[in-house]
Amino acid sequence: MVEEGTIVKIAGPLVVADKMRGCEMYEVIKVGEEGVLGETIRLDGDLAYIQVYEDTTGLKPGEPVIRTGFPLSVELGPGILKNFYDGVQRPLEAIREKVGDYITRGVYVEALDRTRKWKFTPVAEEGKDIQGGDVLGTVQETKVIEHRILVPPNVEGKLLELKEGEFNVEETIGRVETAKGELELRMMQRWPVRKGRPYREKLDPDVPLLTGQRINDTFFPIAKGGTGAIPGGFGTGKTVMQHQLARWADSQVIVYIGCGERGNEMTEVLEDFPKLIDPHTGETLMERSTLIANTSNMPVAAREASIYTGITIAEYYRDMGYDVAIQADSTSRWAEALREISGRLEEMPGEEGYPAYLAARLSDFYERAGRVRTLGSDEARIGSVTVVGAVSPPGGDFSEPVTQNTLRVVGDFWALDSSLADRRHFPAISWLRSYSLYIGYLSEWFNTHAGPDFMDQREEMMSLLQKEAELQEIVQLVGADALPPAERGTLEVARMIREDFLQQNAYHEVDSYCPLEKQYLMAKVILQWYDNAKEAIEGGISIEKLETMRIKDVIARMKYIKNEEFRAKYEEIMRAMKDEFAELRSKAAQ
Amino acid sequence: MAVDISAREYTTIKEAAGPLIVVEGVEGVSYGEVVKIVTPEGEEKTGQVLEASKGLAVVQVFEGTSGIDTSRTRVRFTGDIMRVSVSQDMVGRFFDGLGNPRDGGPEIIAEDRLSIIGAAINPSARDYPREFIQTGISTIDGMNTLVRGQKLPIFSGAGMPHNALAAQIARQAKVLTTGETFSVVFAAMGITHEEASFFMRDFERTGAIERIVAFINLADDPAIERVITPRMALTTAEFLAYEYDMHILVILTDMTNYCEALREISAAREEVPGRRGYPGYMYTDLSTIYERAGRIKGRKGSITQIPILSMPDDDITHPIPDLTGYITEGQFVLSRDLHRRGIYPPVDVLPSLSRLMDEGIGPGRTREDHAGVSNQLYAGYAEGRDMRDLVAVVGEEALTSRDRKYLEFADVFEKRFVTQAQNEDRSIEETLDLGWELLATLPEGELKRIDEHIIKKYHPKYRAAN
Repeated sequence: MVEEGTIVKIAGPLVVADKMRGCEMYEVIKVGEEGVLGETIRLDGDLAYIQVYEDTTGLKPGEPVIRTGFPLSVELGPGILKNFYDGVQRPLEAIREKVGDYITRGVYVEALDRTRKWKFTPVAEEGKDIQGGDVLGTVQETKVIEHRILVPPNVEGKLLELKEGEFNVEETIGRVETAKGELELRMMQRWPVRKGRPYREKLDPDVPLLTGQRINDTFFPIAKGGTGAIPGGFGTGKTVMQHQLARWADSQVIVYIGCGERGNEMTEVLEDFPKLIDPHTGETLMERSTLIANTSNMPVAAREASIYTGITIAEYYRDMGYDVAIQADSTSRWAEALREISGRLEEMPGEEGYPAYLAARLSDFYERAGRVRTLGSDEARIGSVTVVGAVSPPGGDFSEPVTQNTLRVVGDFWALDSSLADRRHFPAISWLRSYSLYIGYLSEWFNTHAGPDFMDQREEMMSLLQKEAELQEIVQLVGADALPPAERGTLEVARMIREDFLQQNAYHEVDSYCPLEKQYLMAKVILQWYDNAKEAIEGGISIEKLETMRIKDVIARMKYIKNEEFRAKYEEIMRAMKDEFAELRSKAAQ
Repeated sequence: MAVDISAREYTTIKEAAGPLIVVEGVEGVSYGEVVKIVTPEGEEKTGQVLEASKGLAVVQVFEGTSGIDTSRTRVRFTGDIMRVSVSQDMVGRFFDGLGNPRDGGPEIIAEDRLSIIGAAINPSARDYPREFIQTGISTIDGMNTLVRGQKLPIFSGAGMPHNALAAQIARQAKVLTTGETFSVVFAAMGITHEEASFFMRDFERTGAIERIVAFINLADDPAIERVITPRMALTTAEFLAYEYDMHILVILTDMTNYCEALREISAAREEVPGRRGYPGYMYTDLSTIYERAGRIKGRKGSITQIPILSMPDDDITHPIPDLTGYITEGQFVLSRDLHRRGIYPPVDVLPSLSRLMDEGIGPGRTREDHAGVSNQLYAGYAEGRDMRDLVAVVGEEALTSRDRKYLEFADVFEKRFVTQAQNEDRSIEETLDLGWELLATLPEGELKRIDEHIIKKYHPKYRAAN
């Protein structure tokens, strides 16, 4: 039965239709003669308010709208990785082949290519009982990711048949006998984007997600399954930061969501990822990534949907037992889409025009992150979804609603500071304002895996920077000359921590990625210099002598030493430092 | 314009408020449709449907609603969306904000009539911009490099020489590798007569007029028209770039007036306002203008955008510069402080930025030392500026000798590197060599941001020896 209504009003991305009684909230609707896609977001008697995922110019009252009976869903199956979608999972490359360089209206292309055959290798045994989350078999989706075909979460019963061979995503690969009768199994399943996929239990965030970025890993680490926010005004490096995390984080699958951002930035990701080599697998980054792009000039309702599309895909790979990371750039644009649609619905606004349910929607989204024990009869499978969202506060003012509501739910706050960016200190993460709530969970891991005094070093560096901030206030009043030598030594080492450790050049071939061991050793070198310097100052050696030491230039350049050579070079640096301090002391003694 | 016999005419205006009219009893009106309005005096106005419901249409009138009444005014729905007639013959011509000739010349014989609402470029069809544009201005070429297909606005304030700077860029811009110059599509929204004639005189004087299309809406022209002008200009630019393989530089001035018009319409519709009364969708709206810059794979032409906006009260956190900065690929920020001290162009490099710079510079594009020199100049100038603040409090005597070097560096940087004449066209080599001259005043150990082998090759100390 075709359920049909008619358009009564069009205002921007919002269409109102009548004769829609019986329609469900968040049901997908085909709007107008062209059948452009939309979704109901409010019901009122016979009227349904529909947010439309495409441009509405030219639509007329009186045109038909058709109900589909389904909520907005994504297609899940092999072929998601290495692909590139818009906010409602339409493959952009395929759309380009079909209609050319511009995204025109009413184009429909299936998310997963139906013509492609995948080699399916069964794992489950015929005749055995299966339940939701069990692995039926595997498909080598890309060079690095083995796609595990899972029993859909709500299916349980006896596996009657399971085939081996080459299938497309819609062909039947097996049959299962459930309480409600026989069911055919396919490689593809659908899942509504606004509903989190189920799991067995959530685990503590006690394993770090290593990013190869010194300020993130050493200072403000994030856990696998954790959440982080990167707020910052324009030009402070949010997007570069997101790209760096996507490139180097040790997650197995990356979902990159370009939500209402620049077209050229997505192009950059598209050009870079197939070229950059993932240090963990030796293959290109594209082999483990999927991109969702709804740039700022693409329809605003699809932007609202894009982060849900992204996280549902992430949860699906999590259920296979992978560590998945989501980069959402930027959640502010998502919130603005929410605001625009709320305004068209003439809802009572909350703060700064955002709808009153902004906080609830944000926390719903971030709560879908987590490290979990997945469904399935093998109880050992663990996967995670880590979410990092960029926030673009107007005027760089963190007191605005999106930043504040985000901070209430995320575990990591990487605050970008425009004064750091202005002086080209990148990443421009403020060490004084940022925090990580995962430190308590992760200390043990770092001390066992990186070095027994890893956390002690971190604390020492943090307190030196804190001390520097206090001293700077005095310097502003009386000048550095007026400080006693010991405190000038503190200023000097703090500067080394800032310039030689925290600054990291995303565009440098070596410095772009810094393994944890190198981070640990670099910190060790700087703190060793400080220990020696303190001793030297007590021994009466002038601060000017220390400031002009040769070893300081070596330390300044140590970030550019090739990662695999670092261990050896570290010993050399430590020796040279010891020698130079000895030389200073003997000169002073003469 | 072709007469559409199916067009429907009504005299049923129910309400007129600000720039909007509400027409009742209408049928088959589509969203975004163009409307022709004839007042009892016989004046013809143009409008566009903002909201279409059963029997009711809300129309924005570009020329304003003065002269419109609720009984005799005729409203005709054309059945078509907003279009601009485009042709190669438009080059060298001036139009008003709605695309009618303004220079007394004949009507354009259209090669095509294109919708002014640009569809979004499929991100997978974009070609990443990476061709260096030499503007001949050191603060731009050396430190905030512009590349072909980029959108890079000038953030200025009332009374600052943004027009002179934009005109200088339009005049001097060229792609080094091929020597190609640019054609200019110029869209003026609400600028004064003097500002407009400054541009025109400058274009005429330098002969640039031969390669310019101008759409001009002056300060005393209808304000609501300004929401259409940039789209007219960009549609023309896209036509010339992609049909005739031209490289187009689009100058949009002043985007602040555009946003004011947007706010006026939003207020008239009684929409829930976002910050400072601007509509909540202003970001999305601006992006549909700025994102039309770029390059497309397999097509030769390109569109580079330089929007100009004056920051109200020089406040960079004001919604207009703020939302712009979130969409554009960087910004040039003009500083009133530099301007007051007589420095031209008063580009403050510290808050300025070009996001596409890294891909546009380096060996084969500019020179291998470009990135290092630029970074080091930044760091040096930033440090020098800090010292200035410090000196104001503690006096120069309290500085260490290292600090004093930086203090001097900041002064020399402003006097020699930033300052240049309005007709001075520096090559990128000249800019970089000048940079090295200044860096040579700092101790070599301070040049931490430049690779050692680059220092050995380009530092004046070693260069003289080579």
